[in-house]
Amino acid sequence: MDTQRLVWSITLIGIGIIAVAFLYVVARSGTVLQFESVQKKAYGIRRWFFWALVLLGIGTAYATLAEFPIPDQHVPSAGARVVDVVGKQWYWELSANQFTAGVPVEFRVTSNDVNHGFGIYDPNGRLIAQTQAMPGFTNRLVHTFTEPGKYRVLCLEYCGLVHHNMITEFEVVAAPQGGKS
Amino acid sequence: MSALHQSTETLSRQERIVLNLYVITGLAVLVLMMLGGIAMRMSQGTWIELPPDLFYQIMTAHGAAMVGIAGLTSSAVMWYFLRKYVSLSPGIFLANYVLFMVGAVLILGSIFILQFGGGWTFLYPLPVKSNGMWSVHAAAGYMLGLISIGVGFLLFYLDATLAILRVYGNFGRALGLQWLFSGDIDKSHPPTVVASTMVIIVNGIGTLVGAVVLVLCLVNAYVPAFELNPLLAKNMIYFFGHVFINASIYMGVIAVYELLPRYSGRPWGVSRPFLWAWAASTVMVLIVYPHHLLMDFVMPHWMLAMGQIISFTSGLPVLAVTAYGALTNVHRSGIRWSMPAKLLLLSMFGWAAGIIPAVIDGVISVNRVMHNTLWVPGHFHFYLLLGLWAMLFGFMYHVIRTRADEPDSAVDQLGFFAYLAGGLVFSGMLLMAGQASVPRRWAVHAPEWVPYASAASLAAILVVLATILFAVRIVSGLLRAPNVGTAH
Repeated sequence: MDTQRLVWSITLIGIGIIAVAFLYVVARSGTVLQFESVQKKAYGIRRWFFWALVLLGIGTAYATLAEFPIPDQHVPSAGARVVDVVGKQWYWELSANQFTAGVPVEFRVTSNDVNHGFGIYDPNGRLIAQTQAMPGFTNRLVHTFTEPGKYRVLCLEYCGLVHHNMITEFEVVAAPQGGKS
Repeated sequence: MSALHQSTETLSRQERIVLNLYVITGLAVLVLMMLGGIAMRMSQGTWIELPPDLFYQIMTAHGAAMVGIAGLTSSAVMWYFLRKYVSLSPGIFLANYVLFMVGAVLILGSIFILQFGGGWTFLYPLPVKSNGMWSVHAAAGYMLGLISIGVGFLLFYLDATLAILRVYGNFGRALGLQWLFSGDIDKSHPPTVVASTMVIIVNGIGTLVGAVVLVLCLVNAYVPAFELNPLLAKNMIYFFGHVFINASIYMGVIAVYELLPRYSGRPWGVSRPFLWAWAASTVMVLIVYPHHLLMDFVMPHWMLAMGQIISFTSGLPVLAVTAYGALTNVHRSGIRWSMPAKLLLLSMFGWAAGIIPAVIDGVISVNRVMHNTLWVPGHFHFYLLLGLWAMLFGFMYHVIRTRADEPDSAVDQLGFFAYLAGGLVFSGMLLMAGQASVPRRWAVHAPEWVPYASAASLAAILVVLATILFAVRIVSGLLRAPNVGTAH
């Protein structure tokens, strides 16, 4: 399951749980009970609810940040193919447009004019990585492609009236037999 | 239900007129901009054909107006209830409205006459680097419009600050910080004062930062040699934008604290968890904004990590205190489910549920594949449509009921369920499109993205029909003569 589907499932489950809680309360709202007893029980549950959320947050933070998901911007990635990317209204300039599956690629992304968003879409049309292209700064995005095919780059930061045409393509080829994989 | 007619909420004639102006303007702009939103969705769904330049102009107007009107209408809620506890100036309240309207005229003129289409976030340096698509004057007009609106809000907050300080001495006491760790809490301390103080602090700072970056951008527009650091400008813009829209929700939620207890017949006073939640939110709203910059890898990484972690913790007060508190207040209360009560509880659902996709998107590794897809408007439409606007409609229905207490009609019931269903499907379609990697802010959609836009268009039509229905009911209620014997 890719990240998007996982996130979608978690979202639906989370919203569903909240909806059930609200529907339950609405359904039971007609029968009257003393507020003190409702409060006592509810606040007891809330303590557990609060700490469960705290634990969930700590666990998620550890799982997603222990290995920081953004590469160190001051140290070149070892063994990566370096590609310079410049965003301009309204096209992309890439210093290379063919990469090998299994070989890390370090995109050094900047802009010549305004903010752009360097979004990489796989051959199935799924967004697999992105970073911002900003004038005066270079963001280093490192990605290792696993599947050969045609990839597209879409601009993901609104950059003016022809923003939606800011698309380019590159190709990922299979690693040669016996080569790095 | 005598509590519905609290004498302290009575309005003078002048106050009634100004409140009517806020509410009617809020509804009119909301409906108009919803129609703009539908036009954009329909265009993406290939139902109609909008030229890209017009699409982006509508998009700019839609964003600026929706954020602005959310703030303006929410400030009416804060003003309406806060004046029960401190003395607010109706003149300043009116000045805020006038400056808002001046700003709105400048913004709409810049967009639809001078062709400005730089997006509501005026992300430096796009407003002045349009590649020949609009003039510097168009950008300047737009930014001046935002400054005018910001000055109005700052005036309002200044007036509220002085009024609160006169009664409570300092912000700390108004926030109830003296009871955070120990001591007997004064249960009569109004939640409205706590929430209003928090809003004044955060949005005073937020609006000021927004005004500073706007002035700097204006200088840059006419003196290009005066350049801004794009990363610093981006930080300031997102700080301002994040704080402003969140402060709108925090102003709106005052209606829930004030009104839901009247319909449930149970008190909802301050408690230690409540005070902790608001104190923590005051800090968190100010420091969470880097979650908008997670894809700016040159940002200090500790700030990005903080953005993710504070996104998580920001959800706690909403879920564990406010939404949970609302459910506790209503549970087995025998509440009368009239329109205000229904809308206010819906708002708690919309806010609580809407933050789930927002918090998840705050995870850096998720943001890497979700940022600037339709996932983002998906989550904020969720908690603005079903959260904030439900609070505001609930407040408005309450106000008209104080003028003429009448039962809900079948039309109101229909409107409520249409709004709920339409809002859920519309937001859901945006989220679904986002998880399918459909980018946001694209005038032209690829064929495989069109079905999402079509389904969202249908749902949006339902939402706007329900909103028009609410608006007609509310405006006709507002314009009705006050009840004899009341000052409403």
